[in-house]
Amino acid sequence: MTSHKDIKMWTPTTLVLLLIMGLGGLVIIYRLMHGLGAATNLNDRFPWGLWIGIDVLGGVAMAAGGFLIAGAVYILNWKKYKPIVRPAILNAFFGYALAATAIMFDIGVPWRVWHPVVMWQIHSIMWVVAIHVVLYTTTLATESSPMIFEKLKMEGAKKTVYAIMVPIVLFGVLLSTLHQSSLGAVYLIAPAKLSPLWYSSQLPTLFLVSAVMMGLSMVSLETILSSRAFNHKPDMAILSGLARGTLIAAVIYLTLKFIKLFKGGIGMAFDGSMEANMYLLEMAVGTIAPIVLLFMKNIRENLNSILFVDTLVIAGIILNRLNVSIFGVYRDQAATGLSYFPSWMEFVVTLAFISFSIVGFKVCAKYLRLFPETEGGH
Amino acid sequence: MAKGVLVDLTKCIGCRGCQISCKGWNEMSAQKTVMAGDLTNPPRLNAHCYTHIRFQEDEKEGGPVWSFVKDQCFHCKNPACASACPVGALKKTEKGPVTYTFERCIGCRYCMLACPFYIPKYEWEKVVPWIRKCTFCSERIAADLVPACIKTCPTGTMIFGELDDMLKEGRDRITANPGKYVDHIYGEKEAGGTSWMYLSAVPFEWLGFNTRIPAKELPDLTWAYIAKIPAVIGVVLVAGAATWAITRRNQNMDKEE
Ligand code: SF4
Ligand code: SF4
Ligand code: SF4
Repeated sequence: MTSHKDIKMWTPTTLVLLLIMGLGGLVIIYRLMHGLGAATNLNDRFPWGLWIGIDVLGGVAMAAGGFLIAGAVYILNWKKYKPIVRPAILNAFFGYALAATAIMFDIGVPWRVWHPVVMWQIHSIMWVVAIHVVLYTTTLATESSPMIFEKLKMEGAKKTVYAIMVPIVLFGVLLSTLHQSSLGAVYLIAPAKLSPLWYSSQLPTLFLVSAVMMGLSMVSLETILSSRAFNHKPDMAILSGLARGTLIAAVIYLTLKFIKLFKGGIGMAFDGSMEANMYLLEMAVGTIAPIVLLFMKNIRENLNSILFVDTLVIAGIILNRLNVSIFGVYRDQAATGLSYFPSWMEFVVTLAFISFSIVGFKVCAKYLRLFPETEGGH
Repeated sequence: MAKGVLVDLTKCIGCRGCQISCKGWNEMSAQKTVMAGDLTNPPRLNAHCYTHIRFQEDEKEGGPVWSFVKDQCFHCKNPACASACPVGALKKTEKGPVTYTFERCIGCRYCMLACPFYIPKYEWEKVVPWIRKCTFCSERIAADLVPACIKTCPTGTMIFGELDDMLKEGRDRITANPGKYVDHIYGEKEAGGTSWMYLSAVPFEWLGFNTRIPAKELPDLTWAYIAKIPAVIGVVLVAGAATWAITRRNQNMDKEE
C-alpha cells in the first residue's frame, strides 16, 4: 500500500465543497471583471474586510503548525512527531496558499503582486509581510516536495531535498517567527483606530503566540480527523504532546493578555460595549476554556475531548483575527456613518477557499504518502 | 524647504470656492449629489473629491455656532501612509507634498488603514483602481505657484508659506487675540506634526477633528518592530543551529550506548 486509495473521493460533503468552490470561482471572475466595489461591501472607511480577516490573517495563523512540527522533528530531534511532519507541512502549505491567493484577489492590481520583490521599502511592514509570504511559500513547497518526488519516482531529487532538510526547516522556522509576528505588527501603525483592548506594542508577540496555539490545535485536529478517515488509531502520545504544547502557549498568551488588560484598565473589558463583549467571547472560547480543560489530564488523554478543545482554540483565534481586523477598529472606522458587513460574495469566496483547503488536503492524502509511518509494514 | 499651510477656521465663510477650484485643477468629474441632511456636500471625501467644506453646527453659550471646516490631506511631516506603502507609491517630497505614483501601487490599501485621518480614498468602482488624495498641488508648488484651493479663497482663510513661518504665525495669532482662539494649533503635534495646521475658535473635537491621534510620528511604531528583525534572525539561526547540533549529538550517543 503506497497511499490511501481507499479514501472515498466523491462523498456528498466533497460534492458540496466542490460546488462552493465553483461558486467562489465565479465570484472571483466577477470581481476581476467589475472591481472590488461591485463584489465586496468594502468602502473608504473599511478598506479591509472578511478576506483579510479570515483568509489572510486566519490562513497564516492556521499554518503555524508546519514550522512547529518541522522544527520539533528536524531541529529538536523529537522523533515522536515524525509521523505528523508531512500532514503538518502540507497543512501549512494550504494555509499559505489560501492567504496568498486571497491577497491576489484582494489587492486592486493583482498583476503587480510582484512589485514588493523589486521595489524594496524596508520601512513598510506590508513589504516585510509580502517578502515573507513569497519566501515562506517557497520554503513550504520545498519542504513538501519529497512527497511529490516520491510519487513521480524521482528518488534522486527526493534524496537531495532530504540532505538539505535541516537548514531548510531552520529557515522556515525563522521566516514563520517573523511572518506571524509581522502580521500583528501591521496594526501597530493604527493606535488611534484599533481599540485598546487589542492595540498593544506587544501585538507582534501576541500574534506569534496565538498562532502557535492555533497551529498546534490545527495539526491535532487534522491528525484526529484523518485517522478517522483512514481507520487507524491515532497515536495518543502525539496528541497529548500537542495538547501540552497548546496549553503552554495558551498560558503564555493569557498572561500577556492579562498584563495588557491590567495596564489599560480592566474595566474596559466589562463595559458592555460591542468590543468588550467580542473581547470576552474571544478570550473565553479561545484561551480560558481551553486552558481550564487542558489542565485536566484525562481531557488531554481523551480523543473526543482533545478534538473539542482544538475546535475551541481554532474558533477563538480566528475570532481574535476578526476582532483585530474588523470589530476592534469598527467604532473608529464607522464614526462618520459608513458601516461594513461582508457581501454574500465575500462570504462565498471565503467559504470557497476553506473548501479548497479541505478538498486539496483530501486529494493529497489519497494520492501522496501523507502518513508513511502508519502504513502497514513499518 | 518644506512648505506649510495655516488654516484659520474663524475666517472661513463656507463659500466652497476651494472645493470647486480643487476639482478644476485636478480635472475631476462632477458627481451626482445626494441630500445628506446638512450642507456638507459630498458628505465625505472620496476618490473624486480631495477637499470639501464641512458644515458643523455646535452650541456655545446657549446659541448655535456654525463652523466651516476644510478637509484634505494633512501632508504629515513623517507620513504613516508613506511608511506603510510596500512599494513606495506614496512618498514624502522635500517641498512638503505627499505624492502618489499609480504605476507602483498594488492596491493593498494599507495606506488607508495607516493614515490616522482617513485621507487616502480608493476608486472602488473601477476595475483598475487608484488611490486618490489631495496632492498639495505638488506640480503647482514645484512651479512656485500657490495650491489651487488656497489661491481661490476670497477671505484669506488659508495662508501658504514656509512651514516654520506658518507655525509661528499661528502662535502669534493666538497670542495677539486672547479669547478668540482655543490654545491649540491642530497639526502642530498630531501624528508628529503636519504641513496643514488649523486655528479654531471652538475646541477641535467639536469640529470633528480626531483629538486621539498620538503626538508622535506613527512610522516609529512599526519601525520599532522592523528594527528588531536582524536580531531575531541572528537569535533564531544561532539558537536553532545549536539546538540541532546538541540534540543530534545526544542522539548519536544514545545509539552508541
Ligand atoms: S494625512 Fe494621511 S494621507 Fe495625508 S500624509 Fe498624513 S498619513 Fe498620509
Ligand atoms: S494601496 Fe497602493 S499606495 Fe496604498 S499602501 Fe498599497 S501599494 Fe501603497
Ligand atoms: S492643495 Fe491642491 S489638491 Fe489639495 S485640496 Fe488644495 S487644490 Fe486640492
